[in-house]
Amino acid sequence: MAHEVMNENEPLEYQSETGRLNILGFWIFLGAEIALFSTLFATYFVLINRTAGEIMPGELFELKLVLIMTFLLLTSSFTCGLAVHELRNRNTKATIAWLIVTVLLGMGFVGFEIYEFAHYAHEGATLSTSAFWSSFFVLLGTHGLHVSIGICWIIMIMIQIKRRGLTPKTSSKVFISSLYWHFLDVVWIFIFTGVYLLGMVK
Amino acid sequence: MNLRWDEFIITGDPLILGAQISIVLASIAIVGGLTYFKKWRWLWTEWITSVDHKRLGIMYILAALLMLFRGGVDALLMRTQLAAPNMELLNSQHYNEIFTTHGTIMIIFMAMPFLIGLINVVVPLQIGARDVAFPFLNNLSFWTFFVGAMLFNISFVIGGSPSAGWTSYMPLATNELSPGPGQNYYLLGLQIAGIGTLMTGINFIVTIFKMRTKGMTLFRMPMFTWTSLITMVIIVFAFPVLTVSLALMTFDRLFGTAFFTLHDGGMPMLWANLFWIWGHPEVYIVILPAFGIFSEIITTFARKTLFGYKAMIASVVLISVLSFLVWVHHFFTMGSGALVNSFFSITTMAIAIPTGVKIFNWLFTLYKGRIRFTVPMLWALAFIPNFVVGGVTGVMLAMAAADYQYHNTYFLVSHFHYVLIAGTVFACFAGLVFWYPKMFGHKLNERIGRWSFWIFVIGFNVCFFPQYFLGLDGMPRRVNTYLPEEGWFSLNALSTVGAFMMGIGFMIFAYNIYYSFRHSKRETSGDCWGTGRTLEWATSSAVPPFYNFAVLPEVKSIDAYWKTKEDGIETQQKKDYKKIHMPNNSALGFLMSVCLGIAGFGLVFHWYWIGLVGGILTLLCMTYRSFQEDDGYYVPVEKIQETEQKASAK
Ligand code: HEM
Ligand SMILES: [Cu+2]
Repeated sequence: MAHEVMNENEPLEYQSETGRLNILGFWIFLGAEIALFSTLFATYFVLINRTAGEIMPGELFELKLVLIMTFLLLTSSFTCGLAVHELRNRNTKATIAWLIVTVLLGMGFVGFEIYEFAHYAHEGATLSTSAFWSSFFVLLGTHGLHVSIGICWIIMIMIQIKRRGLTPKTSSKVFISSLYWHFLDVVWIFIFTGVYLLGMVK
Repeated sequence: MNLRWDEFIITGDPLILGAQISIVLASIAIVGGLTYFKKWRWLWTEWITSVDHKRLGIMYILAALLMLFRGGVDALLMRTQLAAPNMELLNSQHYNEIFTTHGTIMIIFMAMPFLIGLINVVVPLQIGARDVAFPFLNNLSFWTFFVGAMLFNISFVIGGSPSAGWTSYMPLATNELSPGPGQNYYLLGLQIAGIGTLMTGINFIVTIFKMRTKGMTLFRMPMFTWTSLITMVIIVFAFPVLTVSLALMTFDRLFGTAFFTLHDGGMPMLWANLFWIWGHPEVYIVILPAFGIFSEIITTFARKTLFGYKAMIASVVLISVLSFLVWVHHFFTMGSGALVNSFFSITTMAIAIPTGVKIFNWLFTLYKGRIRFTVPMLWALAFIPNFVVGGVTGVMLAMAAADYQYHNTYFLVSHFHYVLIAGTVFACFAGLVFWYPKMFGHKLNERIGRWSFWIFVIGFNVCFFPQYFLGLDGMPRRVNTYLPEEGWFSLNALSTVGAFMMGIGFMIFAYNIYYSFRHSKRETSGDCWGTGRTLEWATSSAVPPFYNFAVLPEVKSIDAYWKTKEDGIETQQKKDYKKIHMPNNSALGFLMSVCLGIAGFGLVFHWYWIGLVGGILTLLCMTYRSFQEDDGYYVPVEKIQETEQKASAK
């Protein structure tokens, strides 16, 4: 553990040594997350034609639903960026406000995803239908789980800001969760093109 | 899963009954001893909740030694079963279980934690840091490893061991072919331990990049620190692959997905690929730190700077990159096609080049050195020829066409034991003996150490060299018996004798720890070998104070400590102390891991509500941690003065 040396010229989240270490550590964690999602994508593409004669993706995928989800998540990434912007301005209220918007958009996304999964299950496509659907649900589910964890996490951080204000410590938490959130957005873009667009063409 | 009571607790096998009785007795002895000597509090505050990297390292090493014992007993059982044709000690199912637990434990719960333990003790000292970047995470990593290991280990008394090999090939590991909880233990034990390993990877990358003391540039870092850094990078990229693979197989077994099954479009070969994309780099995770340890020991006892320092670093980096490009060599014979096999054959052989560079660098370091044959040096010297034998036979296996001949025979078994034992196990022993005085304040007895060294190394060759010929004779691996007509008796008997010699060597090693604790001279100077070159020798011995350095050292060249000795500079300036910031102990890492263990145990038996409770408790621990305002504390100057005086007065 390091000294708490403050450096006034840096953004708040970089001012304490712990903040800086945490941020670097989190970047490396994201490297591991890239490896994790790459493995899931690789699995998905290996199994993409293995529907075992059961339901094909093209039969179920709906562009409209996916577009709404994409819109919600991309917007939430934008509002998350605004929250960090307000963080740099040391504006506690606005930071929290934008984080709330982010969380709400994220909840909307998760809501639609749950609806989507339930709908597919209703149509007969579940985890155990075929190798293809197994990999589909696990890939999407892992992403959705990440988003849900992100939501809970950001809510906890908001409570902490509310209680303690914008300190170097809370700011680095906001910053780190924003990295996480943007990362999930990028993963979604890959899912959108690699899974949905490709699946609908098929 | 509905289990009868006698399926839950394994009964009816005298070997397992013996183990059960000894487990119960040992537990009673430990609990009784701790209570009698009133040591619970000490155990809790000084060890279990400790965030000190040195103590965590020692705990890793202790756990690894325990696992070496368990894996070694497995090995001896197997070797006894194979000593003569038609033996009836272990039936085929029991034999399968034992080679599975032996392989898994040796690699995941022995080799890797042993090295991570040494890394924990030494690396922060070598770079002149007060601690690692994330001390709490370090504690959590240790406990997840420990809980994962224990979950895996209880399988043989509760519910039954996995038996599909440490590679768990599908469809062998499906519910149909491996019914019962055994395989679930494998999946969840490894998963929980794997989380800890990944966190260790992140922790040490940040530590090595950000916590180096003044003047410690990247190209002044000791070789062990370098190899550890590269190892941690491999961990960060390889372990998520394992996490996913294990999760997918868990889903197949628990929730009926169809990733690796034979029906519903599943693909067993996908498992083989995913497993080895992690599995091959894993081999380097346990060999690169070993290379680092040998480099430190050889330079220290040849009293020379490492020859070709930068070439060494370059070759480690190259090895780490190549390690991700060779995985198919583990299943050349499973029908990947000529083109694919050729590619992976060539990349595999390419690894021999940087490895060869390293071997020559060690030899050149030895050349004209003033060599002292201490016990760690003996292990390091024995490593070179034995490892070369393993390496050369590895190149033979790497020729895809030839591999059709050797594959899944004892030739392979011999090859990987030559590499893993001569590389990793020798390094663990060497490193432990080498840094032992740093950890405990006294050396291990050299005379007893020599005995254990010679018996172990000779036994090792007697055990594994004959196996090359058994393999060429066509004896397959993973068989529990053979017929007299096959003519494999004499070499097998010889091999078993060697295995028992290794067992004796290990027991002597363990005895040495006890003997030296009683009789060795206590160490006063920090540089107990007298020829230390790197910063860990600049601190006082017997677990340096929790803050490592009272005044952080400044580094001017490679071999920093050697340099200060040559220049005659007093390393630890006595006067000018400043207060030091340190982290608080925490019980949360321990609690969280226990909760994870509960969740894992529930899932093993498909008791989902236990799994859920464990999972929720884990999340609660994480939430608590997030809200905790744990800013550590400052060690006042008086306390530092007092500690330093005590250390130098000893
Ligand atoms: C006392 C020394 C050891 C002896 C006598 C020994 C002996 C054996 C034997 C008899 C087998 C089973 C071969 C078969 O039936 O196919 C085996 C497998 C194996 N051993 Fe060892 N071993 C020793 C140490 C180690 C160490 C230190 C490691 C790793 C660091 C290791 C890793 C493995 C692995 C990965 C397998 C393959 C397991 C499988 O087939 O699933 N062994 N060993
Ligand atoms: Cu390999």
